[in-house]
Amino acid sequence: MSTTTTRHEGTTDTTQGSSAESDTEHAEHGHPSDWAYVKIALILAIITAVEVFTYFETVLNWGRFLVPSLILMMVVKFWLVATWFMHLKFDNPIFSKMFVGGLVLAVGVYVATLTAFEFWA
Amino acid sequence: MTAATAAPATPGESTAHDDHGPSTGISNTKLAMWLFLGSECLLFGGLISTYLLYKTRRGPDNRAIPTDVFDIPFTSISSFVLLMSSLTMVLALSALTRGDNHGARVWLLATSMLGGVFIGGQVYEFTSFLREGVGFTNNPASSAFYALTGFHGVHVSLGIVMLMSLFVASWQGKLRPEHSETVEIVGLYWHFVDVVWIFIFTVIYLVPA
Repeated sequence: MSTTTTRHEGTTDTTQGSSAESDTEHAEHGHPSDWAYVKIALILAIITAVEVFTYFETVLNWGRFLVPSLILMMVVKFWLVATWFMHLKFDNPIFSKMFVGGLVLAVGVYVATLTAFEFWA
Repeated sequence: MTAATAAPATPGESTAHDDHGPSTGISNTKLAMWLFLGSECLLFGGLISTYLLYKTRRGPDNRAIPTDVFDIPFTSISSFVLLMSSLTMVLALSALTRGDNHGARVWLLATSMLGGVFIGGQVYEFTSFLREGVGFTNNPASSAFYALTGFHGVHVSLGIVMLMSLFVASWQGKLRPEHSETVEIVGLYWHFVDVVWIFIFTVIYLVPA
């Protein structure tokens, strides 16, 4: 995604041409520009609109693709908020590990529990 | 190390040791917040799993369950409002780091107001569910639903309190660009509440029972 980045230092804005490299370059101290955040929010709004659209089956019947599509859209939204708004994309990787660690542990434990109820009940 | 080097020369004077950051090179406060958020995944994971287990259990009286009375268009608007509050939160942080205190104050207020709209929507939803006969103790499905969404609502409410505290601090001139990490940490909490709702909205409301 094309972005510009804004440095943290005081009131000085260092706007640069955007690229994935520039995002990585500012991993420790820089955050995306406001416009980049607005673009992410627009993408999130569009995905949410599509999600809501699936509810109205009379408009388009998603059939057996409904649940996988909803899960995929949810994961994309989750990933966008976590990486861009929560700055995991730009911060120290240890934060990602902690969050993903908790997430994987939670999903693992509860999927195991739900599976147990499904097959052993 | 001698006593002369260990103690400051005068009270309040910092030693060279005080100027060192944490040995990890990353902020302890931020690290603590991420650890907290990791543990919160387990809390919400438990609540979501409980709801998934009980979502169709109507109880012996065969009373109404939340899925019978969901108002998806209304909840979609609430979800959209909460999603957009994440945008205003990052804009507040961005403004503060630029030294734009007024902008930061406006975006902080906007974020807390959007959070307030979300909570208002949740109160309305709960009230309308109760009117339609879906009470907290009706059946396991209702209890699990109210526990999950109620806990989330409490998290949003706490987030609003934190945001308003930052707003007041900013109003009093106590929130400056050097405090951007404080705003970032409150922002992390706020975004977490948002991603939890992203999950709840899809799994609880949109995926058919």
